[in-house]
Order: sequence, then structure tokens, then C-alpha cells
Amino acid sequence: MTKLTFITHNGTHFQINAADGSTVMENAVRNAVPGIEAECGGSCTCATCHIYLDEAWVAELGEPGETEADMLDFAYDVQPNSRLSCQIKVRAELDGLVVRVPERQG
Amino acid sequence: MKNGVVIIGAGHAGVQAAASLRELGYDQPVILLSDEPELPYHKPPLSKMFIKDAEGKAQPLRGEAFYAGSAIDFRPGVRIERIDVCRRSLEVAGGGVTNFDNLILATGSRPRTLALPGADLSGVLSLRSLADARLIRDLSAQSEDVVILGGGFIGLEIAATLRAGGRTVSVLEAADRLLGRAVGPMVAAHVRRRLEATGARILLGTTVASFEGKNGHVSAIITSSGERLPARMVVVGIGALPNVELAQAAGLTVGNGIHVDHQMRSSAQEILAIGDVASYHHWFTGSRVRLESVQNATDQARLAARTIMGQGDAFSAVPWFWSDIDDMKLQMVGLTAGGDSHVLLGSLPDNKFSIYHFAGQRLLGIESVNRPSDHILGRKMLAARFSPTPRMVIEGSNTSLNTAIADHLKQGRAGAVL
Ligand SMILES: Cc1cc2nc3c(=O)[nH]c(=O)nc-3n(C[C@H](O)[C@H](O)[C@H](O)COP(=O)(O)OP(=O)(O)OC[C@H]3O[C@@H](n4cnc5c(N)ncnc54)[C@H](O)[C@@H]3O)c2cc1C
Ligand code: FES
Repeated sequence: MTKLTFITHNGTHFQINAADGSTVMENAVRNAVPGIEAECGGSCTCATCHIYLDEAWVAELGEPGETEADMLDFAYDVQPNSRLSCQIKVRAELDGLVVRVPERQG
Repeated sequence: MKNGVVIIGAGHAGVQAAASLRELGYDQPVILLSDEPELPYHKPPLSKMFIKDAEGKAQPLRGEAFYAGSAIDFRPGVRIERIDVCRRSLEVAGGGVTNFDNLILATGSRPRTLALPGADLSGVLSLRSLADARLIRDLSAQSEDVVILGGGFIGLEIAATLRAGGRTVSVLEAADRLLGRAVGPMVAAHVRRRLEATGARILLGTTVASFEGKNGHVSAIITSSGERLPARMVVVGIGALPNVELAQAAGLTVGNGIHVDHQMRSSAQEILAIGDVASYHHWFTGSRVRLESVQNATDQARLAARTIMGQGDAFSAVPWFWSDIDDMKLQMVGLTAGGDSHVLLGSLPDNKFSIYHFAGQRLLGIESVNRPSDHILGRKMLAARFSPTPRMVIEGSNTSLNTAIADHLKQGRAGAVL
């Protein structure tokens, strides 16, 4: 189990034990973290699972993939640390990952 | 007002309607009824990832905590048998009555079945629900030979997934091309070539003439051209029919779907219908349509919630859809039927291209294969009610089109206005 923290727009913290191999998006949905809609269910085609990576994790996670970068173009208030959470797979090295949920999706 | 809103069907549409009502501050009861036993789940992965992975789980639309946390009274395993419009009440199968102030029908659609002897053999399956997907997954694990009847999205997604898993796969399609209802001939031909290159057999202009079975289980099919194809599993993917029976029996106006107005109201004011089951005049085409897509379901759900809250604007969402077939990410935006000119960007051999469809100078929509940036641009253009001309697409770039959208939004005039 890998620990993830979601911080919603109003500052609520959700601490979640995530199974390795699951996506960050799936963990947000299963735990009813508000603000993650994930309308396409992880197919990288809706851009409603947008999150901001905590700066400390940007290097570890690297750049978004090509499709992800294109889809991010449709998200609201995109920043350099923006990612689509359905494209991030949980693994042991991500223990302690912190992500922020934007004010709204799309 | 105290009975609140009752929603029949907890698929993409029903769940979003419940969520949107709460987001808008609706403070009366919200009851969400489903005849399925599970927590509501995403359907698209069922024909893609789910059947590939013996351990794979359904993906919930929302976590369990969401329903209680949003005061949504979710009741699984409840089938509604009858609507009494005058009394504003529902009869539950097995007994019981539920009253409503507003009712939302989100009953979805079901697979069309084959009326042929042998179609009821075990091993002849179709895919709509999680229960169906489990059957297909389990049987495909023991089946060397699989036949798919119907070359639509669901059939082709299953074909690609099972082929990648090493099965011998044949697809029968009655028409002379694949994906007839959904995409243009160019994308359809491309999909066919790529699938054939994986070793899947695609038989166009071919239907099933009969089934052969052993001990009640399918063993082969005979095609309309007389060929015998061994099959331990046959998946029937020949389209879907809207679940209109409840509405019809209640006397609502029904055609191919429950007829609703631009605010999702049926012919009875307090009853709305959304998603796969709803038929409506689309703002984009001006004609009556019934669409089967996640976007259509969720955007109509949001509008239905606004209508109930008395904020009902007219339906104006941009239609879009996707499909993942083998190494092709297909993304469609707009409604492209009836185009008379087409602009191709990118390259078919590279498996990365988009087709812009126009009627005269007006953009109808874009079909993209592995070119998400064009899809996103299309969604922005149609949302802004901006149409580039074919020339602007041929001579410009995504950057110049983005600038044109921005100008259009600023001045209300650049290129043709939709
Ligand atoms: C295998 C598959 C793959 C798909 N892939 C894609 C895709 O890639 N992209 C895309 O955009 N769309 C896709 N779709 C289409 C999309 O899933 C549908 O458009 C969407 O599910 C429609 O939502 P809905 O809520 O209207 O209906 P549904 O999701 O079908 O939900 C309706 C629910 O109502 C229940 N119900 C019906 N009658 C009653 C009753 N009398 N009492 C109680 N409950 C009742 C049904 O059992 C069902 O649970 C796919 C569909 C399938 C089946
Ligand atoms: S869930 Fe749709 S893009 Fe991530």
C-alpha cells in the first residue's frame, strides 16, 4: 500500500492507502474525493481528472505523455505541474505523494 | 414538495443527475433506483480493459461513500414495473410503491437480439452490463475461437481485445463496411485494415445463417455465404434498443426513444428522460436524434437537474465520443453525417490522422485517430459556435485556429458562425 494525499480546493485533506498498479484517479473516485469527475473512466479522453502535483513530486513523475499533454489543453487553469490523474499509476516510490484538486474541471 | 426526485436507472445518466441535483443545492430527497446489484460503474471499459484481465474489477462511477455523503438514497437491486403518472408513483417489482414529485427516466438501452434458431444456445452472448462482461471474460478464457456478429464499436473493441489475447477472431458485418452508423468510410476502412493486420478476420456483407451447438452450447456458426466458422463463443453486437417500455405503458410519447423537449421533459411535465433512452431535437442538426454516448448521458443529466431546479436552459452541449480499438484511439466530435467535403490532416500509414467533415463551409465535426489535439480543438470550436472554413483548416495550423476561436469569442465574428 502506498500513501497518497489529495488536497481539495477548499483545503480538505484526504489521506488514502492506494494499491500499487491502480491509478491516482481511481483512488480519488473510490474515496469520494470531491472535484475529480473522471467522466471517461481513465481513457485519457475527458480531461476531468485534472490535478496539480505537489512541486516536490514533479521530478519523480516526469512529463505527461503525448496524448495526456494534448488532452490537458482542454482542462481548466492548466499549470506546469498539471497532470491527468488517470495517467499516473501508483507504485511504491510514490509513497507520500501529494496532489491538489483544481477549483473545477473543464 | 416532499417526495423529491426519483431516478430510475443508475448508469452514467442517472448517477450524474443525482450528483448534479445536489451540486445545485436541491434539498429534497433524491432516490436513485437500479435493477443491477452493484455500485454503479463505468460501461466503456467493459469492452476494452475489463475482459482482458481475469483479476480486473469494475470501475465505480463514484465511490460508495459518495452516495451517503451526498444524501443520495441509492437502492440497488430494485426493478420498477410501472409508473402511475396521475398519482406520481412507481410500482416496485415484488411489491412496494414509491412516490415522486419529479421522475427522471434514465433506463438506458439494451442489446438488440437475433431472432434465429440457435441464438439462445449457451455461449451466444451480448454485452451491456457488468454481469455480461463477466460472462464474456470467463468464457473467452476457455475459447480458442470467437465469432463477433456486428462490426460496430462494441463488437470491434471486443474483437481487438480478444485478438490481442491470442484468440482466433472473426467479425461478421452485414453492411459493406464497418462502423456504418458511427464514422465515415475512411476511418472505417482504416480500422478494418489495422484489425486485419492483427490477424482478425473481417467478413463484410456477411450475416449468420445458422448456429450449430453441442449439448446446448454453441460450437460453430454458418455464414450467409455457407462457410462454417467454429466458435465456442459468439458475441452479438448488432446495436441497441432504448428501454422505453415503462414510459410507453405510462402513456408518454415514445418513438425511437422517449421523446423529450430541449429541457429533457417528456410529454408529462414532471417526468424527464435522459441518456441512451431519450430522443430529442439536437441543436446541432436540427433533427431528432437518440445518441448513445457517455457525454450525451452526463450532459443531459446536468441539464435535467437544472430543469428541475427551475434553471433549465436549452440543451447546447457539444456531442463527443471515443473508442479504443487495438492501437487506435478514436475520438469523434460533432455529428458528421451528411458532410459533402472532407479535409484530411496527418497520415493514415502513421496511424495518426483527423478528418474534418464539412457541409459547404460549415464544420460538422472531426474524426481523429491518435490525434487528440484536433479533437480538443474541435470541442473548443463547436463549444464557441465557431466554424472554420475548409481553407482555414488546410492552410492554417492548430495555433492559427486557436487564435481564430479567441477572435471569434471576442468579436463574435471570424469565419462562418455556426
Ligand atoms: C460495452 C460498452 C462500451 C461502451 N463504450 C463507450 C465508449 O467508449 N464511449 C462512449 O462515449 N460510450 C460508450 N458506451 C455507451 C455508454 O456506455 C452509454 O451511452 C451510457 O452507458 C448511457 O448511459 P445511461 O445512463 O443512459 O444508460 P445505462 O448506462 O445503460 O444505465 C441504465 C440503467 O438503468 C437500469 N434500468 C433499466 N430499466 C430499469 C427499471 N425498470 N428499473 C430499474 N432499473 C432499470 C439498467 O439496468 C441500467 O443499469 C459503451 C457502452 C457499452 C455497453
Ligand atoms: S478520467 Fe478521463 S481523462 Fe482521466
